[in-house]
Amino acid sequence: MSLSWPDDVFAELQSARIRQVAYVPDAGHSRLIQRCHADAGMHTVSLTTEEEGVAMLAGAWLGGERGVLLLQSSGVGNCINMLAFNQECRIPLLALVTMRGEWGEFNPWQLPMGGATEPSLSAAGVRVYRAEAPDAVAETVRAAAMLAFQSYRAVAVLIGQRVIGAKRFEK
Amino acid sequence: MSDRALDRRAVAARLLRERRDALVVTGLGGPAYDVAAAGDTPLNFYLWAAMGGAAMTGLGVARAQPRRRVVVITGDGEMLMGLGSLATIAVDAPGNLAIVVLDNEHYGETGMQPAHTGRGVDLAGIARAAGFADAVSIRTDAELDALARRLFTAPGPLFATVKVSTETPAMVLPPRDGPYLRSRLREALLGPEAHS
Repeated sequence: MSLSWPDDVFAELQSARIRQVAYVPDAGHSRLIQRCHADAGMHTVSLTTEEEGVAMLAGAWLGGERGVLLLQSSGVGNCINMLAFNQECRIPLLALVTMRGEWGEFNPWQLPMGGATEPSLSAAGVRVYRAEAPDAVAETVRAAAMLAFQSYRAVAVLIGQRVIGAKRFEK
Repeated sequence: MSDRALDRRAVAARLLRERRDALVVTGLGGPAYDVAAAGDTPLNFYLWAAMGGAAMTGLGVARAQPRRRVVVITGDGEMLMGLGSLATIAVDAPGNLAIVVLDNEHYGETGMQPAHTGRGVDLAGIARAAGFADAVSIRTDAELDALARRLFTAPGPLFATVKVSTETPAMVLPPRDGPYLRSRLREALLGPEAHS
């Protein structure tokens, strides 16, 4: 299994000319977050809650820069009202969502939002792509970025928990 | 609430008098009408929803346009909904961003219900505790003048909460068509690149 997908995604973000990165810390995105922080061409901001990033990246695009939001599926629930910004103004959003609550989940409290992620994004006007294998992630991000920034739409890539591996809770 | 609280329309007009090419992002409701009354321009972007998002919108614009001043003008209820963003902005420390809260200590848009800001919650104190080196509460014309003189020049991030009266002036509606608002702002900033 390829473990290089976060590096491949980083390369896609660079070629998509992503300049602002907003994230809530997440294990599945930890490598990608490190790469973004280390890149002088990206302004990378840690958030207190995910909807801050929706507003920040809308502002970035208004000012002429592209951005990406990195979050976990539980954080999608925090974003719903703020997504009116993207839908009503036709402002692009590229969101990369690592899934919890599906593949081998240990924590039952992750299941409700894991199950609600895709339908709630769709209901809020966000196009949803899924990547269920490591090799599929980068090309899915590339297509999502193209759709978002060329067609002025909000797009989320859901990265399956199977790609990341179930979180281990060991005594 | 002081009996002599400032008039919100006069506050917005005074603060924006010397804005030149500064960008203004407003929170929903009263502050959007106040900024529209002070003069609509493509460099104004009004939020009509997305409550709690005004300050973070300002951060994104400020980072994309580092040579411009960006001023967020919002209400106390809107700012209370995005308190975490004060921590995020203080840590990120954009030098060209100012946040001004027109604080009438009430939710004016929904029937003037009291807000926490009238019950001891001090937004400037919260901003200072989050890490804003420059965070002030404004209650008088003299303090307002002092803020207006440095709003576009003082090193950011700057935070100010201006206590205003609960008087509700006649509504001055800014445009609310989202694609129009975003395109006119991007054209003003980017020219033909706005559509590339």
